[in-house]
Amino acid sequence: MTLVHIQGLDVGYARHRTISPAVTGLDLTVAQGEVVAIVGESGSGKTTTANALIGLLPANGRITAGSAVVDGVETAGAKERVLRGLRGSVVGLIPQDPMVGLNPTQRVGAQVAEAVRLRGGSHTEALAFLEEAGVPDPEMRARQYPHELSGGLRQRVLIAIALAGKPKLIIADEPTSALDVTVQKRILDHLEGLVRGQGIALLIITHDLAVAADRADRIAVMRDGRKVEEGNPGQILHFPAEPYTRRLVEAATPAIPRPTPASPAVPRSTPASPAGPRAEPLSRFEPASPAVPRLEAEQPAAPSPEPAAHAELGSPAAPLSGPAAPDVPGPATVSRPTSDPAPASPAFPQAKAVPPGSPTPPPDLSSFAGGAATVLPRPPREDVGDPSLNGAAILAYPQGKTETSPTPVLALNEVSKIFPVSDPRRGRRGFNALDKVTFEVPRGRTHALVGESGCGKTTTLRIALGLESATSGSVRLDGHEIAGLSWNRMRPLRRKAQLVHQDPFATLDPKFSVRQSIVEPLVSFRVGDRRSREARARELLDQVALPVSYLDRRPRELSGGQRQRVAIARALALQPDLIMLDEPVSALDVLVQEQILQLLAELQRELGLSYLFVSHDLAVVARISHTVSVMSDGRIVEQGRVADVFTNPSSPRTRELVEAIPGRRANAA
Amino acid sequence: MTRYVLGRVGQAVAVLWAAYTLTFAILYLLPSDPMELQLAAAGVQTDSLTAAQVDAIKQQFGLDQSIWAQYWHHLTGLLQGDFGTSLTQQVPVGDLLAQRIGPTLQLSVSAAVVSLVLGSALAYLATFVSLPWLRTLLSRLPALGASFPQFFVALFLIQFFSFQLGWFPATGTTGFSSLVMPVLTISVLASAVLAQVLIKSFDETLAQPYITTARAKGLSRSAVHLRHAFRNAALPAMTILGVIVGLTVTSSIVTETVFTREGVGKLAQEAVLAQDVPVVLAVVTVAAAMFVLVNLVVDLLYPLLDPRITHVRVSTEGAAL
Repeated sequence: MTLVHIQGLDVGYARHRTISPAVTGLDLTVAQGEVVAIVGESGSGKTTTANALIGLLPANGRITAGSAVVDGVETAGAKERVLRGLRGSVVGLIPQDPMVGLNPTQRVGAQVAEAVRLRGGSHTEALAFLEEAGVPDPEMRARQYPHELSGGLRQRVLIAIALAGKPKLIIADEPTSALDVTVQKRILDHLEGLVRGQGIALLIITHDLAVAADRADRIAVMRDGRKVEEGNPGQILHFPAEPYTRRLVEAATPAIPRPTPASPAVPRSTPASPAGPRAEPLSRFEPASPAVPRLEAEQPAAPSPEPAAHAELGSPAAPLSGPAAPDVPGPATVSRPTSDPAPASPAFPQAKAVPPGSPTPPPDLSSFAGGAATVLPRPPREDVGDPSLNGAAILAYPQGKTETSPTPVLALNEVSKIFPVSDPRRGRRGFNALDKVTFEVPRGRTHALVGESGCGKTTTLRIALGLESATSGSVRLDGHEIAGLSWNRMRPLRRKAQLVHQDPFATLDPKFSVRQSIVEPLVSFRVGDRRSREARARELLDQVALPVSYLDRRPRELSGGQRQRVAIARALALQPDLIMLDEPVSALDVLVQEQILQLLAELQRELGLSYLFVSHDLAVVARISHTVSVMSDGRIVEQGRVADVFTNPSSPRTRELVEAIPGRRANAA
Repeated sequence: MTRYVLGRVGQAVAVLWAAYTLTFAILYLLPSDPMELQLAAAGVQTDSLTAAQVDAIKQQFGLDQSIWAQYWHHLTGLLQGDFGTSLTQQVPVGDLLAQRIGPTLQLSVSAAVVSLVLGSALAYLATFVSLPWLRTLLSRLPALGASFPQFFVALFLIQFFSFQLGWFPATGTTGFSSLVMPVLTISVLASAVLAQVLIKSFDETLAQPYITTARAKGLSRSAVHLRHAFRNAALPAMTILGVIVGLTVTSSIVTETVFTREGVGKLAQEAVLAQDVPVVLAVVTVAAAMFVLVNLVVDLLYPLLDPRITHVRVSTEGAAL
């Protein structure tokens, strides 16, 4: 039976007396008990559609044509009273960000009870819903305020509120964007179990095709307010009809291949290696870098519309990899460590196989995200040193550098951090935030720190930046011990390591132009004069592939991806050796994520940068990192090369993180 | 919690001391000679006195001592509840204040309450009504109210309600009817200031995701507005309560002058004109004390209204975890 029937729906926002359309001619149905996902980037109209269904369009939002019938009630042009009748009792909403979705001044129990009472239910029923939503000890939790709960628990409270009205449809708006992957997986599994068990229909709104493919019976892909494609997950993933869907499929590819016995890539890539004599000695040092070459290979492959390539998707050897696949089996081979250099070598010839000039972006990629996608290959920079470098020899540079200076750019040795915590009952005691953390960031490489929030990765980053002091242990930045240095002694070393933040919307001063933001580090370290700074700003903007005309723009005129590029340019200004990336793409849409990761890989290759990459998202980590440390409760539980750690995790924590990567379930099917 | 309260009280005392000291410094750095003023007030020409007489008078009021000694003398006196002696009226300042503070307290407290009610009601309505033109009209009102000078409002009220309608007396300190127009005069400004802040706060709160959550439950607009928006919107506005009360106190100077109410405001105006330093000092100190006290109360009430506040200290420690 059809629960939601949307036909020819047009929704627009009134701005300056004109109506700018957000959704155009949308047709969509949701049957009772069905799980449907709407997938699209921000601005595609997916959230507007959801808001129209629940009658929560912003004040300037209008349904201008078409109809949207929910449970037999027409919502287009409906009065507030009619819409109110739908909310809660017919359509429940799980809002996007659980951190801000609850009233901070009301106990969570009261907030659930409010929804229960609207139907005439009792307070005890509210506790039952909390329990059903997976909140442990609901009686105690109900008396707490939202700020006393973790993000995951808040999400569960919001689910309880949505369930409390006993709706026929639940809309989950971007359920994966705000929380850790492992937490999200548990919560989504739980939610899915609930709705399937109770026959509630679920409409998932997401930018992540992998999330949609894992959970939905049917997927609708939206772009610029129109539905471009619809089908079941198998159709969408394996036979996407639209180029846009194909790009989403590529972005959704889980970067971690499961260990597989078959390895078709070896015979294919070995003859392609033109650098035979050089490849072998290099590969001894550089066996496991699935991520960077992958990015290279993806660019030219992206626009290729070969249906034959998609057939590969179903094969277990190339999980969900699409046209970007040819190199994926490569890492799968490397995944089984071996002392024999030959099977380990495909990573290098793979990279060589891409001609230096070839990674030209597909033309339609640049129109998306406001031209941010123009990742052009650039000639080698003179200051890099090694003249033999070229754009494609991504592995050669770090290798050469490592030979000349064996000191890692950053080395933490047995770093511990104890925070004093005042506990009203037990007095002051120490909280062991970090426990003997030891790792290195090799020069020219990327080391990743992964783990759930609260595992200590941010504290580690702050200690490595000299913003926080370690309780014990040694932190060496470029060979200099920085543990215990005063602010003034630390300051000259700050030039060597720069930070790129998680949130591109908060990292730039809204009052600064792009130029001011980029030259600020130069000004504060008194580098150069006005003219040389201007020249440097232009050069930096070029390096992050933004047009020079952007120098005078303010952050609010830039998209999230463009802001993150400006933040990267700012981090590059002082020519640091090391850039610390704190979840640099987690706030971005998947397609923009891909572009930023490409940019980072390219900058590393050109400038010989080292990255310390902090993330909870293993799919992203696998794309960019060479080595990885998995953290849990302030300890490093597993450490090693990315391919080894992720394909063959030895610690249960790592296994849980790998399991949580979206897209695995659909892929296995 | 105890540490929080003690810290707040300590801050309040420090602010009060700073206000007193600053006022003392300004008044004693004024170019005129307090003794001359005092003698002039008594109708005595300074020239007619001998040097010995001048010295005697100076000694009597402690004016022959160094400024530090005088400051110390006044401060210790104040701590014992002694505000000194009025230079012009030859009576203890404490008595003067005690006599005048009643009407002013009446005026200030009533005005603060009326402003609170008027301002909140206006802000609530301006953000709740759904008719666009009415919404615009109501949200522009505070700007209008804040731009009328108080003496103008006072004179308008006197002209209209006293002289034309004869409802309320134009002057005087006695009875409820004498209070109405001064309270209105002050409330126009104070409620406008409050409403401006509150409307902005309401607009920001209504854009919060938890409001969407509340609406998605199926709550009526009024339930969302009252139960979810109002309390959250009021929190930022609470910080200007101290300013509002301060405003009602300072406004009493103009208002009491126009309406000839025998209160502290009028006392202050007279004392400033006569450069009666101890009186001015006492009035400023009392006004500062009221201001500090209201802010202290607001600070201590805040954690009761915002459950997140008591945890601020713990969570800033914890944020680094």
